[in-house]
Amino acid sequence: MLNYLLTDEQKMIKDLAHKIAEEKIRPVAAKYDKTEEFPWEVIKVIAASDLFGLFIPEEYGGMSVNVMNLCLATEELSRACGGIAVCYAASALGTFPIVLFGNDAQKKKYLPDLAKGKKLAAFGLTEPEAGSDAGSIKTTARKEGNYYILNGTKHFITNGGDAETYTVVAMTDKNKGARGASAFIVEKGTKGFTFGKKEDKLGIRASSTMELVFNDCKVPAENLLAKEGMGFIVTMRTFDMSRPGVAAQALGIAQGALELAVKYSRQRHQFGKPISSFQGIQWMFADMATEIEAARALVYSCARAVDAGEKDIGAASAMAKLFASDVSFKVCDMALQIHGGYGYMKDYPIEKYLRDAKITQIYEGTNQIQRNIIGLQMIKDLAK
Amino acid sequence: MNIIVCIKQVPETTEVRINPETNTLIRDGVKSIVNPFDMYAIEEGVRLKERFGGKVVVVTMGPPQAEAALREAISMGCDEGILITDRAFAGGDTWATSYTLCHAIKKIAQEFGAFDAILCGKQASDGDTAQVGPGISSWLDLPQVTYVKKIEEIKDNRARVERMTEEGFDIVETPLPALMTVVKEINEPRIPSLKGMMRSKSAKIISWTARDIGVEAKDVGLSGSRTQVVKIFTPPVRKGGEMLEGETADKVNKLVELVKGEVTG
Repeated sequence: MLNYLLTDEQKMIKDLAHKIAEEKIRPVAAKYDKTEEFPWEVIKVIAASDLFGLFIPEEYGGMSVNVMNLCLATEELSRACGGIAVCYAASALGTFPIVLFGNDAQKKKYLPDLAKGKKLAAFGLTEPEAGSDAGSIKTTARKEGNYYILNGTKHFITNGGDAETYTVVAMTDKNKGARGASAFIVEKGTKGFTFGKKEDKLGIRASSTMELVFNDCKVPAENLLAKEGMGFIVTMRTFDMSRPGVAAQALGIAQGALELAVKYSRQRHQFGKPISSFQGIQWMFADMATEIEAARALVYSCARAVDAGEKDIGAASAMAKLFASDVSFKVCDMALQIHGGYGYMKDYPIEKYLRDAKITQIYEGTNQIQRNIIGLQMIKDLAK
Repeated sequence: MNIIVCIKQVPETTEVRINPETNTLIRDGVKSIVNPFDMYAIEEGVRLKERFGGKVVVVTMGPPQAEAALREAISMGCDEGILITDRAFAGGDTWATSYTLCHAIKKIAQEFGAFDAILCGKQASDGDTAQVGPGISSWLDLPQVTYVKKIEEIKDNRARVERMTEEGFDIVETPLPALMTVVKEINEPRIPSLKGMMRSKSAKIISWTARDIGVEAKDVGLSGSRTQVVKIFTPPVRKGGEMLEGETADKVNKLVELVKGEVTG
């Protein structure tokens, strides 16, 4: 791996996440993939390690908000299991709206427990009819006195059911289109807020993916984030912060798959030699490692730019997510190919990597939407 | 409740290589870790602190790089790290080492106040003697409980503990202070927290020499050792046994012949 000139603190974070991944995640990854139970035993270890503090300011009990640090942790955890890692990263996604747009009272109320990992967060945007076309969400929030009354259904919500704190985007004014959306903090247990279907997924099966159902759900008005009508600004800014994390997850899965493939190739003998001695295999490793390194350089640069306060981060953040996830799926495919027939069997861990990698090309904006973001930015830049 | 935990830095390998000329361990190129059994002692010390309050002081005797082992213990929650280091300590056997640690512990008591328990791992993964812990308790004239798998209760300056035996376990009560060596069944060592790691990085490690702990060079290290290593070698791999084939009567006769051959051979 290239020397990315990590600080001592960043090296510590990487080492710590690596230790958790190897000692606590790798031994149970296959179990949770099979049972689809929520990996609380691992989440508790991550919580005790302070890693949930990496996306929360110090004054609210965290370790300070640093996207690069979050990426390092997510990458290392994902090397062992992309599913368990996303339970962690999705809490960052659900927390960012509060970190970015919450007022002091909201931050004081919600962030300390999230920083300690006592509670998990989730982000509720996607609906059955509003995926890539997020502007067409139908969930409504009607103001009534000191409350907003939420009605509608969110689906494919990561950490759904297991998270305690949800940031949910709903329409406060349908007539204004995208400018009529607002973001709310909704606590699990609020009357009128229930959970629907739990999804049976191809990959990242350790993480829960659920429907959130709002039926005349009364949310206190003080739980509105920022102002009415800012829902999509909250969403876009949140994604700018969280996409490098998804890219880091993709990167970690790819790195983990490459390591498994190299290890396997040295054990597997064909034609009287370990298959690692064949140039055809070595060239595959070379391509995999090169693409992973290119992805890593892009992801880290993007994360560092976010941390440095760079304003127009949308396109770079989209590029990191797009590139790292495409590399991840490709690398996992090659890693499985190197395993041959054994790789296709569930007795070996590699097939899970391919299943886990796939989602990174889809969620937090499909890679097609990422291309839209990048393309539009280029046109905007030219028009300046 | 104040606790002292004794730890040792060992090479991270299950197959220790030995220099046949000097009869010492080859440490080059081998990563150093905290003796795995000592990790349980550290964890138990920190848990006792969490249960009863107090302080955990961790001590090791070793070369300057053993400081890393102390920092790891601090990252898990120990409060102070003390390195006993001096060229005079080199080559010490379990007698000299436990003598040295006994004096270090006396000084710890002077500097940090009285302690209630000394915890050690049951043995080190390199030497495998399991003698240093009991040795310390003898030098200090303290009760010792070896192979502790559970500290059930601590009350009125007494501890009730379970110790592993080959058949099951004993329940033992001991007055405190006492020395206990622990087995891996006692707990699951924690992964350090990020805050703990940061604290350990900047923690001040106290370093004491032979003079600091009031021992003379002749009583420690190789010159203070009562045992001398004449030779260390890797035992030859045992050959597989011979299986006798055929009817039982034939096999018995063959066996008798073989045994006779061995005896008269």
